Amino acid sequence: MAAAAATGSIALELTQSLRYVLRLADTALIHAQRLAEWCGHGPVLEEDIALTNLALDLLGQARALLTHAAALHGGGLDEDSLAFLRSEHEFFNLTLVEQPLRKASAHAPGGDFADTVLRNFLLATWFKAVWLGLSTSTDAELRGIAVKAVKEARYHQQHAGDWVVRLGDGTAESSGRLKAALARAWPYTAEMFVCDAVDTAAQLCGLGPARDTLRPPWLNEVTEVFTLALLVVPADTPFISTGTTGRHSEHMGFILAEMQVLQRQFPGGRW
Amino acid sequence: MYTQAMDLAPKDERTALRSIEDAQREEHFEARIAQGDFIEAKDWMPDHYRKTLVRQISQHAHSEIVGMLPEGNWLTRAPTLKRKTIALAKVQDEAGHGLYLYAAAETLGTSRDQMFAALHSGRAKYSSIFNYPTLSWADMGVVGWLVDGAAIMNQVPLTRCSYAPYARAMVRICREESFHQRQGFESLLVMMKEGTPAQQAMVQDAVNRWWWPSLMMFGPPDADSPNTAQSMRWGIKRLSNDELRQKFVDACVDQAKLLGVSLPDPDLRWNEARGQHDFGAIDWAEFWRVVGGHGPCNTERLAARVSAWDNGAWVRDAALAHAARQAVREQAA
Amino acid sequence: MSAGTPPAALAAPAPAQAEWPLWEVFVRPKAGLDHKHCGSLHAADAAMAVQLARDVYTRRQEGVSLWVVRSSDITASDPGDKGMYFDPMADKVYRHPTFYELPVAVDHM
Repeated sequence: MAAAAATGSIALELTQSLRYVLRLADTALIHAQRLAEWCGHGPVLEEDIALTNLALDLLGQARALLTHAAALHGGGLDEDSLAFLRSEHEFFNLTLVEQPLRKASAHAPGGDFADTVLRNFLLATWFKAVWLGLSTSTDAELRGIAVKAVKEARYHQQHAGDWVVRLGDGTAESSGRLKAALARAWPYTAEMFVCDAVDTAAQLCGLGPARDTLRPPWLNEVTEVFTLALLVVPADTPFISTGTTGRHSEHMGFILAEMQVLQRQFPGGRW
Repeated sequence: MYTQAMDLAPKDERTALRSIEDAQREEHFEARIAQGDFIEAKDWMPDHYRKTLVRQISQHAHSEIVGMLPEGNWLTRAPTLKRKTIALAKVQDEAGHGLYLYAAAETLGTSRDQMFAALHSGRAKYSSIFNYPTLSWADMGVVGWLVDGAAIMNQVPLTRCSYAPYARAMVRICREESFHQRQGFESLLVMMKEGTPAQQAMVQDAVNRWWWPSLMMFGPPDADSPNTAQSMRWGIKRLSNDELRQKFVDACVDQAKLLGVSLPDPDLRWNEARGQHDFGAIDWAEFWRVVGGHGPCNTERLAARVSAWDNGAWVRDAALAHAARQAVREQAA
Repeated sequence: MSAGTPPAALAAPAPAQAEWPLWEVFVRPKAGLDHKHCGSLHAADAAMAVQLARDVYTRRQEGVSLWVVRSSDITASDPGDKGMYFDPMADKVYRHPTFYELPVAVDHM
């Protein structure tokens, strides 16, 4: 158990490799956190169960990656100290996963089911490419996680992709909502394919693929489903989000406040 | 608790006139059940049996679905990733239980949409325990220990209910349910035995708030439950409300001792002569108030379900529209 | 239909508030065993039904294969015909091996 300061956040000693792993871990974690909002509120009972399965898969991936990150970091950290005691600027998730998914808040409107299935699809397609790339990682632990996770990503992609097509080629209302969801989500996908120093280092030492290498297969598969869903792939814009560098959208503070509250409220607590 | 439906139903819904044929059929039917025979969906059954079961099973299903909400409240605030995982799996199971039960009710000639309409309009009831708020993380553990504990006590006898689709659903549910109580109890054990004084106080406060409503889960006293005899003949009910409540209290006293929490009843004491615990008077006024719609969360619970359903209409419609379009394409191909 | 041209069909709204059909689910627990009926669920189409069956009925590793059938496609024997369908089998005991008494030496047949 980390000998962390009672209520304060922990501060990490960040290496390139650690950042690389945390980007994946945090993206899975925050997306799972958002998906959990649907539990009990789904449009159909069966789909409520299905969405929770997706959340549980992602949470499992996050836990495996965070546990590995904690081991890489050393100093007695574990999955929970990383999840509940880090401060915002040391989370490295894609900004996409912070965007509202269902719940409205005091300062922002909520999302809807179209936002949800679209984001699930875009992310699952990305994660699948990531896991495939990690299956040849020089890091044995990452390889092991990837082999298991790619199966989950495949199912998520199929499930979410089918829903994207249903909504896109469904009713006028569902089509309209899906198009609106796409307009909201697309600018945040650019970040999925940025290649920075962390990516370059990972690619060079064989830890994992640089993000820009993921774009061709991702775009292929996304275009295929978009065609069936009667969606047009939007044009690229200069917008780049920066969650993977630790600089987040305004939503992140609220997400962490909710997620981390109990560990902050009960320092030294045992659960 | 889930037999609340029958306890609160009007006393006798039999139509006055029955043909001689029907009377004979009903005699034969009751004889089958007395032998321990199972009734399947397409078997002849008295109208009264069918109606009672539709109400009982659908209200049991509604209880599972509404029951997702008080615990769903804490999914995004779970204190560790392991607890978050466990909580998600548990609440997910409850959705599944509701689903199995709606499916069982549908075999009796109703539809899921009709059952939702009854719930959303306020005509159908759900177990009143879910009209209480979960105010702390300790509530999650206490709900698992006490509320799921009480549910299990009701559910095991239902696995031998005469109506087989209901019995089979209950077998499935009971198999999944045991982890629900165990995870709650284990969570409390950790907080009480290894936690901080603040955590221990949180647990005791949760127990203080959930104890009496949990006892009310078993329904009104036997003297005020007019339909018990009929339900027992049909194998829908095996033990009376008071019998089950007593069993529950006796089990919980030892469990509470193990946890190191006190139960908020100054009249709770072992009665050597009876071989059971005596316990204090339940505030039945509170029970009827909550059942009548005036509990702490009745309005919010129903509003959440109505909102989820209404907001999901465009999704359900889109799926049907797409399916219809696909079917046309496949025919043309 | 080219992507980008809104098809005319989308302008007409779907049959609103119609219910998703009911499907019966069969799970094969492991290779070598039969698919066994385990329950039902609502789904809008067959692909969805298979996926939802996986999510609803196999979370505890209950199976390796799934069948889903529209409930309306199942033809069942009439319980009223139980007597004429199934009672006549009761006295055809010669179909069972135990009907035939053999010396111990060859009774393993």
